[in-house]
Amino acid sequence: MNRTYELMFIVRPDMADEDLDKLISTLESQVTTSGGTVNGVERMGKRRLAYTVRRFQDGMYVLLTVEGGGALIHELERRLRVTEPVIKFLTVRIDEERKRLDKIKQIRDARRKAAPAPATPEAGGETTPATP
Amino acid sequence: MAEETKTATPEPPAAEAQRPEGSRPEGQRESRFGPRGPRPAGGPGGAREGGRKYFRRKKVCKFCVEKIEAINYKDVRLLSQFVAESGKIVPRRLTGVCTPHQRRLSVAIKQARNIALLPFAGRA
Repeated sequence: MNRTYELMFIVRPDMADEDLDKLISTLESQVTTSGGTVNGVERMGKRRLAYTVRRFQDGMYVLLTVEGGGALIHELERRLRVTEPVIKFLTVRIDEERKRLDKIKQIRDARRKAAPAPATPEAGGETTPATP
Repeated sequence: MAEETKTATPEPPAAEAQRPEGSRPEGQRESRFGPRGPRPAGGPGGAREGGRKYFRRKKVCKFCVEKIEAINYKDVRLLSQFVAESGKIVPRRLTGVCTPHQRRLSVAIKQARNIALLPFAGRA
């Protein structure tokens, strides 16, 4: 059961960097012990919230891309919920959307190759013998 | 941060020229379409601007035209073009977005609201 998820969470703006590092590393270790993989950690930095959350106007956004099953996500969300400095989080499953996008891209590429070749940089000269 | 500072976000270009009703408070073009109602076969050479007096540009879906397939909740700059000042999702009839894209768009906007990237109501 391998699915790809994006966990975005917001921690309070006054959180120290070391604490955030620690939080992220505990989450990562949780992922690996439950048989998932961490595909990426992105700190999007401090930004203004669109509305007040727990009386905070700003927050530090962190994006975690995780591969694993539903039980893992359940556990991660539970952890985020009980972690004090995390003020908001959102999990989105992205593998199906990614699959859809890949498919569209493939179709588009195929069409571009099938079309008469001018102005296509990557079309090369492999399947187009009719070009001058 | 950049998208937060400009409060007067530009409207989607396709929707600019033709608001059917005076539903937007900041509509600066309302006066030009003062007399409402299309005049069928009015003929060119009207009273003003000679020619088109009730010209309705065909609305096109921004996502289809620019071939934007990924409508992601993280892309605040893109999403905010389809959110009114009040925080509402702008309806399809105003923006011209096609149905499949509007569906994805509304999902993305709702996700963005949930993680405080977009407001639920008004400017916070």
